[in-house]
Amino acid sequence: MYSNKVQDFGTPARPAAKSVALQIDGQPVTVPAGTSVLRAAALAGVNIPKLCATDSLEAFGSCRLCLVEVEGRRGFPASCTTHCEPGMKVRTQSRKLADLRRGVMELYISDHPLDCLTCPANGNCELQDMAGVTGLREVRYGYAGENHLAAPKDESNPYFTFDPTKCIVCSRCVRACDEIQGTFALTVQGRGFGSTIAAGPTNFLDSECVSCGACVQACPTSTLMEKSIVDQGQPDHAVDTTCAYCGVGCAFRAEMKGSEVVRMVPHKDGKANHGHSCIKGRFAWGYATHPDRVNTPMIRSKITDPWREVSWDEAIAYAASEIKRIQARYGKDSVGGITSSRCTNEETYLVQKLVRAGFGNNNVDTCARVCHSPTGYGLKTTLGESAGTQDFDSVEHTDCMIVIGANPTDGHPVFASRMKQRLRAGATLIVIDPRRIDLVRTPHVAADFHLPLKPGTNVAVLNAMAHVIVTEGLAREGYVRERCEVDQYEKWKTFIASPKNSPEALEAECGVPAASLRGAARLFAKAGNGAIYYGLGVTEHSQGSTTVMAIANLAMVTGNIGRPGVGVNPLRGQNNVQGSCDMGSFPHELPGYRHVGDAGVRELFATTWGVPIQDEPGLRIPNMFDAAIDGSFKGLYVQGEDIAQSDPDTKHVQKALESLECLIVQDIFLCETAKYAHVLLPGSSFLEKDGTFTNAERRISRVRKVMPPLAGMADWEVTVALSRALGYPMHYDHPSQVMDEIALLTPTFTGVSYDKIDRLGSIQWPCNDAAPDGTPVMHEQEFVRGKGRFVVTEYVATPERTTRKFPLILTTGRILSQYNVGAQTRRTENKVWHDADVLEIHPHDAEQRGITHGEMVSLQSRKGETTLRAVVTERMQPGVVYTTFHHPESGVNVVTTENSDWATNCPEYKVTAVQVVAHAKKSEWQRGFDSFASQQEGLLPKTAVRGDVR
Amino acid sequence: MTTTVYVPRDSAALSVGAEAVAEAIVAGARAGGHDVQVVRNGSRGMLWLEPLVEVATANGRIAYGPVAPGDVEGLFAAGFLRGGDHALCHGPTDKIPYFAQQTRLTFARVGVTDPLSLEHYRAHGGLVGLQRAITMAPAAIVDEVVQSGLRGRGGAGFPAGIKWRTVLGASADQKYIACNADEGDSGTFSDRMVMEGDPYLLLEGMAIAGLAVGATEGWIYLRSEYPDARVALVTAIQRARAAGWLGDDVLGSGRQFDVQLRIGAGSYICGEETAMLESLEGKRGMVRPKPPLPALAGLWGKPTVVNNVMTLAAAPWILQHGGAAYAAHGVGRSKGTLPFQLAGNVKHGGLVEVPFGITLRELLHDFGGGTASGRKIRAVQVGGPLGAYLPASRFDLPLDYEPFAAAGGMIGHGGIVVFDDTVDMAKMARYAMEFCAIESCGKCTPCRIGSTRGKEVIDRIVAGERREANVALLQDLCTTMKDTSLCAMGGLTPLPVLSALEHFPEDFAR
Ligand SMILES: Cc1cc2nc3c(=O)[nH]c(=O)nc-3n(C[C@H](O)[C@H](O)[C@H](O)COP(=O)(O)O)c2cc1C
Ligand code: SF4
Ligand code: SF4
Ligand code: SF4
Ligand code: SF4
Ligand code: FES
Repeated sequence: MYSNKVQDFGTPARPAAKSVALQIDGQPVTVPAGTSVLRAAALAGVNIPKLCATDSLEAFGSCRLCLVEVEGRRGFPASCTTHCEPGMKVRTQSRKLADLRRGVMELYISDHPLDCLTCPANGNCELQDMAGVTGLREVRYGYAGENHLAAPKDESNPYFTFDPTKCIVCSRCVRACDEIQGTFALTVQGRGFGSTIAAGPTNFLDSECVSCGACVQACPTSTLMEKSIVDQGQPDHAVDTTCAYCGVGCAFRAEMKGSEVVRMVPHKDGKANHGHSCIKGRFAWGYATHPDRVNTPMIRSKITDPWREVSWDEAIAYAASEIKRIQARYGKDSVGGITSSRCTNEETYLVQKLVRAGFGNNNVDTCARVCHSPTGYGLKTTLGESAGTQDFDSVEHTDCMIVIGANPTDGHPVFASRMKQRLRAGATLIVIDPRRIDLVRTPHVAADFHLPLKPGTNVAVLNAMAHVIVTEGLAREGYVRERCEVDQYEKWKTFIASPKNSPEALEAECGVPAASLRGAARLFAKAGNGAIYYGLGVTEHSQGSTTVMAIANLAMVTGNIGRPGVGVNPLRGQNNVQGSCDMGSFPHELPGYRHVGDAGVRELFATTWGVPIQDEPGLRIPNMFDAAIDGSFKGLYVQGEDIAQSDPDTKHVQKALESLECLIVQDIFLCETAKYAHVLLPGSSFLEKDGTFTNAERRISRVRKVMPPLAGMADWEVTVALSRALGYPMHYDHPSQVMDEIALLTPTFTGVSYDKIDRLGSIQWPCNDAAPDGTPVMHEQEFVRGKGRFVVTEYVATPERTTRKFPLILTTGRILSQYNVGAQTRRTENKVWHDADVLEIHPHDAEQRGITHGEMVSLQSRKGETTLRAVVTERMQPGVVYTTFHHPESGVNVVTTENSDWATNCPEYKVTAVQVVAHAKKSEWQRGFDSFASQQEGLLPKTAVRGDVR
Repeated sequence: MTTTVYVPRDSAALSVGAEAVAEAIVAGARAGGHDVQVVRNGSRGMLWLEPLVEVATANGRIAYGPVAPGDVEGLFAAGFLRGGDHALCHGPTDKIPYFAQQTRLTFARVGVTDPLSLEHYRAHGGLVGLQRAITMAPAAIVDEVVQSGLRGRGGAGFPAGIKWRTVLGASADQKYIACNADEGDSGTFSDRMVMEGDPYLLLEGMAIAGLAVGATEGWIYLRSEYPDARVALVTAIQRARAAGWLGDDVLGSGRQFDVQLRIGAGSYICGEETAMLESLEGKRGMVRPKPPLPALAGLWGKPTVVNNVMTLAAAPWILQHGGAAYAAHGVGRSKGTLPFQLAGNVKHGGLVEVPFGITLRELLHDFGGGTASGRKIRAVQVGGPLGAYLPASRFDLPLDYEPFAAAGGMIGHGGIVVFDDTVDMAKMARYAMEFCAIESCGKCTPCRIGSTRGKEVIDRIVAGERREANVALLQDLCTTMKDTSLCAMGGLTPLPVLSALEHFPEDFAR
């Protein structure tokens, strides 16, 4: 549960226009209509005893402690389930009420162990509090009666325990799992005195539970309790911060004991998550203090040399001297930098500033290149801003959602729970995905349409849907003519209406029956508010940018941009993808998406930074690799990204890295890329520094330092030091000053400051004079670019076609318990859920190849091969196989190709023609990987870090 | 000429061999060359006479019972097909005092007709109420029911018309009629008798309710232990649909109403209306807090009339004869008739439909004929397992909701269970707590834990352990349960416990 220092109003807020005036204990109170008496009292500072109510859940009325007296009413209504009514006169305390509450409490305690002093919840237990508040002094029933005190503990979940002896059967856990998380993993079993809480038939780990921890947070006793609290005890203070995992950007309270985290609890006031989180954010933070952390800088001149531990000064001086040497020898453009979507805005800003001002070129790129670069391009072109149009809360107003190329329950779990809430409340759902993702059918949610398209045919599907809308007269002509460029619309309309874009013409190509395409299009077009949510299944294609624009077209033609409930919503993969893009990480754009070719913008930066800015875009990541191999690119500074694992065509990447004369890696672990490095600068985790992250809804939230950097320096300080050593001193004492500079230079950030973020909790950019508190929904009056622009989205099949030799399509993705390259999550107990990447394959394809469930198989493409364990599942469609890339030794990117998005070079991770062969041993690449890993292991100083070994 | 012989298909009759009797009569007729048509009717409700065989004669229907298969040969020999005399003959059924003294409004057809025959139903006055309702404005139908004074027969006795009016007044895209046929009270069977013996009556009542409040869908939540009622309802629903009584065009009115059947979860608490709604929605039968009232947010959150079978089954008569005619029966604020059910240790157990106002003594003695054991009646429990135990001193109470409640009793569903003087009332009190501990939905603390503690405290009282302190504790516990429980399960369990303690203290101090 929350620390009991956080006020709990008992029942959720009711946003209502009408208000109701009543009296509570003689005190006049006015609340929104629909507010419970319990909440109204809490708002007025009157704390009515309660156990089963908590303000994240609907009232339930089970504990009966919150009874009150209402003038003119018989009996003792429960204040949590009683709504305020005008003129009501409520009494919360009386002799009689005290007796009744004590009577109930006496019953509770007659079936409860009396070990408060040694209980992990001691000091933070609502049951204990209520025993105190009700003044229970004696349990006249004694303790010899029937009870549940012998029930066995369930310790199966690595993060929390379930001790049913402490359970008061308040169902808060069950309701949290149902209402908040939407997994419906818990039930009340049995009846009457025999009622108990059960997770599946055996235990939590074997149940449907996804370990989000909502139940643990909801539990008022120590029944469901974080093991970290069991081990370490209750926190003594808390610091507000932001999750460093996915693009949902959940707000958290880091509950601390000194500088030790004892628990992470999602923040109730967090506007992205409203008090919810997933397994990663809540539980998987142990990596931050994992023994594998690199805490001492190291250098070496060749990657076959042993590492040498050195001081910060020496490491930085060496790195700077190498950069200078390389630039002197190979030219100014022979070096570059890569920023990380896992680092803060300020850090990212500093790295690109270092490259542009310190290195003097534009060779900066970011890992967003390989995920959401098409989003930036596509949305800028059509709508005028490289960002999602809505806030998450917008989904509350959505009538129909399209989820395309995204798997929210795994990739964006907290937002997926919000979606499920809305779907359970009646919104309709269209899933466009080759796989039957969980959202297609989960408890009390079923997609109205699942269009299981062939990978690589997103544009065909979206064009076919738009065709139906245009030809069946479902287009919102009025909206389009008022808000969009009409000539461009006419052009697009002619194109889209042509028979080649009809569902019937495209069904064979995309593999979705025409009738389903028509049905889905009609459903979406006719729904009041239609919203489109998408992920990397849209962008990571040769037509990634085209797909993003097709999505924007679809949203515009149905009038679905510019108000709550609608919009184009990219679900960002990593925590700060939005931010790293905003901060000018792309070689062609300065912060705020302003092209380096724009002289005015260059002038602004040149003046502020005191150095000229190059007017030609620099190298993108794949260009850097190519240039490294051809010998013109020799030095690279990589902050917090593991390109050796995450980028496609691994062998090519490895070759490029081997060609560098100086690779400077700044990371918290000895990651795959670090094995090719010459300078290793220890990174700092999100717990060790101040800064901001910007989530998928453009929300800027604070990351706050809760402990000192393990290696002594925060990432931003390292970049500053490196810059100084390069002869370009930067003058910052605190990241807030970096943000001030960003605000100064970036029109969409003018109004942003740490003070204001502290005040508002978080801010959605644009935040400036026009929108001093930020902008939840964009393009409300007009599009950022003025008129929305329809773009003709010709479907062009990917060059990656299946052949006799490679008859299957491989598509890749991620799963709930692991994050990206897994460097963090693999170093937590999350490995219990996923300790290896597996290859999902349809039973039909498996049978044809003589593959049985669980055996090792070889996955081969024209690029390479690797060996994985096969999982035979009907979740796949025949002809398509699937895997994840969370474990380096899986070598999934050995198999993926060099194909990429035509506009942005975003790699086509989602489509690779492959063959799968039964009975395999480790591939040659994997054997090479093993020996390289053990070689690199051997080069580490004996005392210090351990490498990324299995 | 064909002679019609009636052998009940009611499950009470079946349980005592009615099937074999029917077969024996068919066989006997064939053997004797008699032209006999056997009609399987409902039960007349005189359970001690089951299987009660009736023969249609010129002098009306002549009753024979209880008939065993072995008696059939003798009956033929006695000329029972012509109403011939026999040791088992009771003369004309209508004249049997137990029957003759009743006022059968709701049960008018039960036992008289073939329950599944659409023609019988029409021929005996069926559908008149519905036909009239079709011609009326919804509010006028509701007014008729309000005027009748009909109160809920499921337990709480809430005025049905007022409930209907609330649902009528709620605006929603969908409304429902939910019929509570979970009939969980010990010693009750009136719902079952109607569903087996005159199922179209219930369907007609539901359709009237549907027209009255603007609901197009009805659900029957049927107790899982009623397989025969299930068969009867399934068949009746099918036939009613085929005949256009239900469906998109009810009796050609252009109005829509259909009925679905759902089998209960086999737990007592699922008879509580909100738990029943949860169960109907496919969830665990857990009580919901009120408000919201089911009338405003019931099944799937939509305005819903939840009524007991008896409540809905009273509607056709009211619409046929008018609310005022119904209200002419009964006393005080208890209007119309109530089908009482006599059970337990009683000589003449069965169904007795009489106007409110009758006393317990009249029911127990004039109808029931005292105990089956022949011993003195020591206590009766009225209103199911949550009803009070009443001693003989209370037998002159009229059965009228308010005065009866004022005297600590509860009429409930009209079940009356009789105990003779061998009963141990401390055991009965303990049983009430135990029943609650087993059957409670477990949602709220006083009921979930209190019932088990109650059992233990009674054990200690009976064992003589610190008796006074424990009696005080039991009383405190009962107060806690009564005042804090979420629903009547926990709230009323103290009633049988405290009434046993009050009226039969000696049983707790043996
Ligand atoms: C524990 C409990 C069990 C109940 N069981 C039944 C039942 O089996 N049948 C029934 O009709 N009502 C039962 N009720 C009453 C219903 O809650 C509800 O009052 C009734 O269905 C409303 O219909 P009426 O107004 O027509 O009586 C029960 C109530 C409680 C508290
Ligand atoms: S951890 Fe989450 S998914 Fe698991 S039971 Fe608790 S609420 Fe449900
Ligand atoms: S586990 Fe906790 S939240 Fe769940 S019912 Fe028990 S006490 Fe309540
Ligand atoms: S990983 Fe994403 S969903 Fe999970 S807690 Fe962090 S920000 Fe929230
Ligand atoms: S009183 Fe008993 S049956 Fe009723 S809600 Fe409470 S626990 Fe459930
Ligand atoms: S807080 Fe209201 S019943 Fe528990």
